This record gives sequence, C-alpha cells and structure tokens, in this order.
Amino acid sequence: MSRRPYVRVVPRTTWFFRHPRYMRYMAREVTCIFIGIYSVMLLVGLVRLSQGSAQYEGFLAALRQPGSVLFHLLALAFSLYNTFTWFNVAPKALPVQVGDEHWPDSVVAGGHYVVWVGLSLFILFWAGVL
Amino acid sequence: MTDNRMAIRQVELEVLRYNPETDQEPKLQKFTVPCVNEWCVLDALNYLKDNLDPTLAYRWSCHMQVCGSCGMMINGEPKLACKAMLRDYSGVIRVEPLSHFPIERDLVAVADDFMAKLKRVKPYLIPGEKRTLADGEYKQTPAQLERYKKYAMCINCMLCYAACPEYGLTPKFIGPGAISLAHRYNQDSRDGGRDERQEEIATSEGVWECTFVGACSDVCPKHVDPASALQQVKVASTVDWYLEHFMSWVKK
Repeated sequence: MSRRPYVRVVPRTTWFFRHPRYMRYMAREVTCIFIGIYSVMLLVGLVRLSQGSAQYEGFLAALRQPGSVLFHLLALAFSLYNTFTWFNVAPKALPVQVGDEHWPDSVVAGGHYVVWVGLSLFILFWAGVL
Repeated sequence: MTDNRMAIRQVELEVLRYNPETDQEPKLQKFTVPCVNEWCVLDALNYLKDNLDPTLAYRWSCHMQVCGSCGMMINGEPKLACKAMLRDYSGVIRVEPLSHFPIERDLVAVADDFMAKLKRVKPYLIPGEKRTLADGEYKQTPAQLERYKKYAMCINCMLCYAACPEYGLTPKFIGPGAISLAHRYNQDSRDGGRDERQEEIATSEGVWECTFVGACSDVCPKHVDPASALQQVKVASTVDWYLEHFMSWVKK
C-alpha cells in the first residue's frame, strides 16, 4: 500500500486563537506598537521644540487633549506589560553560570528590574522631576 | 481500606481516526473505556485497542517517559500519553495526533521531516581534539557539564514542534528540538563542530525563524527548555556577526 498522509493546514490569520499561550504571545508582540507610536510622538515633540517656543507650546497643548491623555495611559499600561513579559523571559537568552551552578532565573530577571528602576530614577532626577 | 486509586471509572475518549486506504479526511470517534483511576491516557488507549477496536494505530514503547514515542494532542495540548494521568482529566478526553505533522494513520504522525532536520544539525560529538585510545578519555568538569546538561535530556518526542506555531506556519523551520540538540553539542567542551552546525542553524530557516513564543519550553516533558537554547544561539550568532564585520582581528 502506498502512503497517503493527511496534512492539516494551520489557518494563517487566526492561528493564535487556538491556545491562550498564543494569545499571550500576540499580546506581548502587539503592545510594542504603542511604544513605537509613543516614540514617534517624542520625535515630533523634538522637531516642534527646534521650531521655536510657540510651536512647542502648541505641541504641549495638543498633549493635554483628553484623547492624548487616554492614549498615554494606554501606552503606559501596554509598555509596562511589554517590559514585564520581556524581562521575565530574559533569563532564557542570558543565563549566567558561575562555577558549577546557573544563577536562578529570578536573579537574572531581578537584575533587569533593578537596572530599570535605577535608570528611571536617574533620568527623573536628572530631568528635575525628583 | 477504601482505595480510590484502584477505582474503575468510565472514561469517554474522542479519538481522531484516519485510515489512508478508505478515508478522505480524519474524523473523531467516541469510545467509552473502563479505566482504573490511576491509569494514564496510554493505558486507556491500550485497553481500547486490546478490547474494543484492534484497528486503532498509535505509537508507544516504554510507558515511562523515556522513549518519546507516545506524543499526541490531549485536549489540544501536546503531551506524552504515558505522562497524561486520567485523574487530571474530567469529562470527554480528546486525543489527536501531534499538531503540525501530517497524519500517517489514526494517532500516528509522520516524523520524516523531523528526522531529516535532526540529521542536518549533526547532533553528535565532533571531537575538537583528536585523541587516540592511548591518550585516554575526554575529560570534563562538572561546570563544563552544567553548560549543556539540560539540553542533553531531549528524547526527540516532537511535542515542541506540535506546540510551535512558527513550525506550523513555516514547515521549513528547523524547529526547537533539533536546534536545541545542536546547541547541546555546541556547548560541549569536547566538541569542535560548531562551525558546521552554524551553517544549518544560524540561518533564516534556523533560529531566525523563531519569534520566541516560548510554547516549546511550556510543553517539553523533560524540561529541556528549547526556547532558551534558541535564544542563546541567536545571541551567539549575533556576536559572531559583529566580530566578523567590525572586529575581525579578534579571534573567536
């Protein structure tokens, strides 16, 4: 008898609905779009700043619009989600072995959080917020 | 003494059947199997084949999570049938062949693609230093063993391929299992074959097809953590590229 294997096709656009872990993966990937949009807004702000104080004031006024505030809140939440999910898998890419043992994942991930908080405090202090 | 572990329970199994000689496509078939509470899904399938339907086809061998033969989808999750305990399931248990592989017959998945990929990545020791018998054995310290030990636990069960959506969408992807084994030998202090393996795995069909979903590590029954192997191969390959293009005076 000749073989006649049956091939099951994976749906190209809806595959991630098949399992919650695929949905979590997509959430991690999609949230980075908001970080991208926020970065573009920062660049626009820099351009406005270079154009003079009137233009920069206009940019700041636009940021205070309710829609803009809502976007910033969403972007903050999604950025935090993106950051946490990536930091938590960082030990897989950067294992640290000292002597005969690997450091626990919590130490490698924890190091990322410590550096993150330290840098954020430094920037806030440097910018005069703290 | 009442012992609930030996109690008999009627388990409803929904098994995906496919007979290449007669069927155009697979279809689910229901069975009610009298099972002992402490059985695993593989025991239920064995009872089914011995007593209810001897035509059922599936692979198994060791019944103790070592041979890697009885991988199948159990309620949509890639599992070893010998490790999936009936006590952890209630209601109907759906059993299907491993996702992302063609179906040979019933629960038997076609493993040809994985076998070919395994061969490509040279998952064996290619000694870096040629020694004769008179020179004695290749020695290794516990620290050197620790570098690759978890990746050496792979039993080639292919659950990681059934979990990996990238493999499902892009079958040319060499995939988590084979790349993890390549990494296992690359990390071995006795090995000198990394350059040969990089030709296969540091490519677009290799690690760069991986987008770090991490499903492979979630389902691995031997805690190999293939996702970590693939990310480490990405990091090492990136370092290689920078050394080659910007710091060519530095020896690898």
